[in-house]
Amino acid sequence: MPRAVAGPEIERLIQLLARVPGLGPRSARRAALHLIKKREQLMSPLASAFGEVLGKICTCRVCGNIDVRDPCSICCDDTRDPTLLVVVADVADLWALERAAALNARYHVLGGTLSPLDGIGPEELNLAALVARVQGGAVSEVLLALGATVDGQTTAHYITELLRETPVKVTRLAHGVPVGGELDYLDEGTLSAAIRARTSS
Amino acid sequence: MEWSDEGIILGVRRHGEANAIVELMTAAHGRHLGLVRGGGSRRQAAALQPGNEVRANWHARLDEHLGTFALEVTAAHAGRLMGRAHSAFALSHIGSLVRLLPERDPHPALHAMLATMVAHLDHQRLTGMMIARFELIMLAELGFGLDLERCAATGGRNDLLYVSPKSGRAVSRDAGAPWQAQLFALPYFLIAEVAEPPLPEDVEAAFALTGHFLARRVFDPRGLPLPDARASLLAALKRPGG
Repeated sequence: MPRAVAGPEIERLIQLLARVPGLGPRSARRAALHLIKKREQLMSPLASAFGEVLGKICTCRVCGNIDVRDPCSICCDDTRDPTLLVVVADVADLWALERAAALNARYHVLGGTLSPLDGIGPEELNLAALVARVQGGAVSEVLLALGATVDGQTTAHYITELLRETPVKVTRLAHGVPVGGELDYLDEGTLSAAIRARTSS
Repeated sequence: MEWSDEGIILGVRRHGEANAIVELMTAAHGRHLGLVRGGGSRRQAAALQPGNEVRANWHARLDEHLGTFALEVTAAHAGRLMGRAHSAFALSHIGSLVRLLPERDPHPALHAMLATMVAHLDHQRLTGMMIARFELIMLAELGFGLDLERCAATGGRNDLLYVSPKSGRAVSRDAGAPWQAQLFALPYFLIAEVAEPPLPEDVEAAFALTGHFLARRVFDPRGLPLPDARASLLAALKRPGG
């Protein structure tokens, strides 16, 4: 075991930073040292921001998004199209779609996908609220923006069946060749999905 | 410790940021888990999907260790199967059933059947027949096999039309006639090869039979409900186009 190079408070900071995704023990040590060196310009505002967010963070009771207000900023945004509801597995997916800026819709965060291996069944997902929102009447299309994995698509099939009796149109993201993707590097599953979903030009 | 074997991916769970724990049904080593280094990466995401067939090399310092897998996809079925509801639910249901088997207990016949199934699960009319037969074999592999070879009352081998819900033994047409309402129908495709895919009502009867014994003998004693994916699969099989 390596010897501690700083006091226990700093060592604890390094250990906590090492738990952040994308950081390992070495990069956490570098980040900690950088914060310590820039404690006025970076560490102090960062600590304040952490404290402020920690005190206010909540889960939106409408869509399951994470924000500092409930209902969240997206649910309160009147400029968004209330007829299109985009279903995502996780808040990270919502943020990814917002970065793409391709939709001006509202969202519904499931909190995961069906996964027998991880013991995640329909009861563990935010599905009852989804059905209630759809039955509320304002939604005319539900876009299932779930991963192109077996778990993601099984969840999409399950939701399609769940909403079968409702009058909404249920759509899904297309699967196929990604932007910048070269065919000889693609796996067989992606290629066959792209061929099945081919369009006339 | 080291071995190589053919396997079918049953499930994948992320392990940390970069790695994944993969669950395989192998031909000679049964249901086996192992760590795949780099398995959490986007590059390997397409390969590490349930339903894909792989060539697996496993090694560990000691036999009881989790060990690490090096996997090479030999047949990629997942992309094709996840597009249809019945085949996606079938994959999920198969995983839930195979997970009842103890780890590292060889079941070569089950592996062979799984390999045939994943290659044909996108055919809706075949899926019901294959999954019902698979459930029957799973009951046998778990030690609760049904005796469908001879009549429980007469000992005869012909004209077997029913199954007793208590004993799980077949009953012939004549012996079962007075108690027809209390007995399960025994679809012919469960006891013999058939040239054509069975009728939907026969598939439904087969699932009623296997569902009863799976619930009563396997899931209820473990305090578990039948897998959610099973109900979704049965509903998808009833819909034209799955």
